[in-house]
Amino acid sequence: MELFNNLIFGFTVALTLQNLWFCFIGVFLGTLIGVLPGIGPLATIAMLLPITFNVPPVAALIMLAGIYYGAQYGGSTTAILVNLPGETAAVVTCIDGYQMARQGRAGPALAIAAIGSFFAGTVCTLIIALFGPPLAEVALKFGAPEYFSLMLMGLVAAAVLAGDNITKALAMVVMGLLLGIVGTDVNSGMARYSFGIPELTDGIGFIVIAVGVFAVGEIIMNLGDPEERAVFTNKVSGLMPTMADLKASFWPIVRGTGIGAFLGVLPGTGPAIASFSSYMVEKKMAKDPSRFGKGAIEGVAGPESANNADAQCKFIPTLTLGIPASAVMALMLGALTIQGIAPGPQVMTQKPDLFWGLVASMWIGNAMLVILNLPLVGLWVMLLKVPYRLLFPAIMAFSCIGIYSVNNSPFELYLTAVFGIVGFIWMKLEMPPAPMLLGFVLGPLMEENLRRALLISRGDPTVFFTRPISLGFMIATALIVVIMVLPAVKARRAALTDPVAPH
Amino acid sequence: MNFDWRNNRDFFAGLFYILLGAFGMWMARDYPFGSALRMGPGYFPSVLGGMMIAFGVAVMMMGVKNNEKMKPHWSFRALLVLPLATVVFGYLMEEAGFIPALLVLIPLSAAAGKEFKVVEITLLTIGLTVLSTLMFIKGLGLPYPLIKGLWGY
Repeated sequence: MELFNNLIFGFTVALTLQNLWFCFIGVFLGTLIGVLPGIGPLATIAMLLPITFNVPPVAALIMLAGIYYGAQYGGSTTAILVNLPGETAAVVTCIDGYQMARQGRAGPALAIAAIGSFFAGTVCTLIIALFGPPLAEVALKFGAPEYFSLMLMGLVAAAVLAGDNITKALAMVVMGLLLGIVGTDVNSGMARYSFGIPELTDGIGFIVIAVGVFAVGEIIMNLGDPEERAVFTNKVSGLMPTMADLKASFWPIVRGTGIGAFLGVLPGTGPAIASFSSYMVEKKMAKDPSRFGKGAIEGVAGPESANNADAQCKFIPTLTLGIPASAVMALMLGALTIQGIAPGPQVMTQKPDLFWGLVASMWIGNAMLVILNLPLVGLWVMLLKVPYRLLFPAIMAFSCIGIYSVNNSPFELYLTAVFGIVGFIWMKLEMPPAPMLLGFVLGPLMEENLRRALLISRGDPTVFFTRPISLGFMIATALIVVIMVLPAVKARRAALTDPVAPH
Repeated sequence: MNFDWRNNRDFFAGLFYILLGAFGMWMARDYPFGSALRMGPGYFPSVLGGMMIAFGVAVMMMGVKNNEKMKPHWSFRALLVLPLATVVFGYLMEEAGFIPALLVLIPLSAAAGKEFKVVEITLLTIGLTVLSTLMFIKGLGLPYPLIKGLWGY
């Protein structure tokens, strides 16, 4: 029972006092930003990344992961109580969750969301533990052509699933790749796109772009919105769901977990897609679909399980292949790199404490979240009453401190200001920034692997199609594009992604 | 529907891509291109710049065809004030220290909003500055001077 031993080992790592503490801070902060609309896990992790410099890698990753999946829990609270998605993935939860709250059943809705998320979290922890090691083994056999094809697939998938306009999303990927070039070329030592500014020869910091666009740019965008956020909260009484609720929710939770886990492993898809898919499935399977939209508990149970499963399974490609499956995962890998650990399949064998400790901490974190979200729900309701005019200066303060601490240099802040303005323009013109971020992270890796692949093949580009694994990725990439431009799928997808905000 | 470039969302998005791609290619002309076998530092940027322009043209055409408008409502004030606040913070961190930088950043950022209540913002500024000092300097031990003289004493 190697799996069993590995998990026990993971728990011995995760259960140290320090790691438990960081896990708690992570899920606490995650819930906080999940509850608050207008700030997402991406900006928060970017802000807090510098704090992790002085922390051992395991603890740092445990905390950052906690923020990420904690946000999925918190998002549902706001969706149910205020009819606002605290996180984009919670958009679907608003539909039936809020209706339940209006019928005085906010308690059961919150409880089912937490139970579903916990179930999904537990299953996905096991999935990662089961499939991570064999996947990493396969990945160790990858050469430069395989890596290039795989990254190409990830980027195309990210673009295709990001928003309702594929052309613009693909263009954003290319823009990210271009921005990734800024800095010194590793092969020739030549500074590219540095404009003679010494700070730019090291490249643009990932955190600078993330905070610039997703914190500063986003606030500029929000402040232009003429609508005031209506904050009103209902009293929550009676948390316990009835036996009938539990029975009705059981299969939706299982199905939601399955859908989320499957979509989660694919690079590029976001938790919002998982929630929507689960909601559609439940509505199709229900005996009486007309109840949906009027407070059907299945409409909360399924999507909430799906988005948590998706969030957690995103760690599979990230940890086993070293390829970030989403922009948030790119930040996780960034955190690893800062700690001097090169992301990739070798992490699992060289740093088993990191991998298994993180996996075990996810289960612990999920358990903490149930406690944080159910008995303490009143605390988060209070938080919802903080007006945005007090919130955004605080976000600015923490962002700026975070950015400054990356290099202790004011230059990073000047660059952040630029990306704040650029990010605002992108959002205004509905150019989706998330695929850009993925392109930016993968850019240098892709160039490196492209060069290497073509060097090995003596300049013959067919190398990507003659090696079986690489060919498989190329075919998958082509399939993704073909399927998505088919008119029927296009119409359906537009309907699915329409209510989702640009990232 | 006739083409209207004003507030045309995709027309301007396309223009953005084309300009960036052209600029990227123009800069990359100084970098050795090399060949597919031995790529020079100019190879990847030039190819990407070309792709960027191609996408830009496609997006621009979309704009010409669909005439989708940008969403109205945006705050010029926020667009001006928030980047400015970020820059000022960077400058003050260097020249005046952690506390003065925050004392300027927070109210300046708040001024980007529609409402500015003096008492409220004063309390927020003091509260956040104290909290940040305790958290980042005392708690996490970030090595920044709390106050240093603007003129070097």
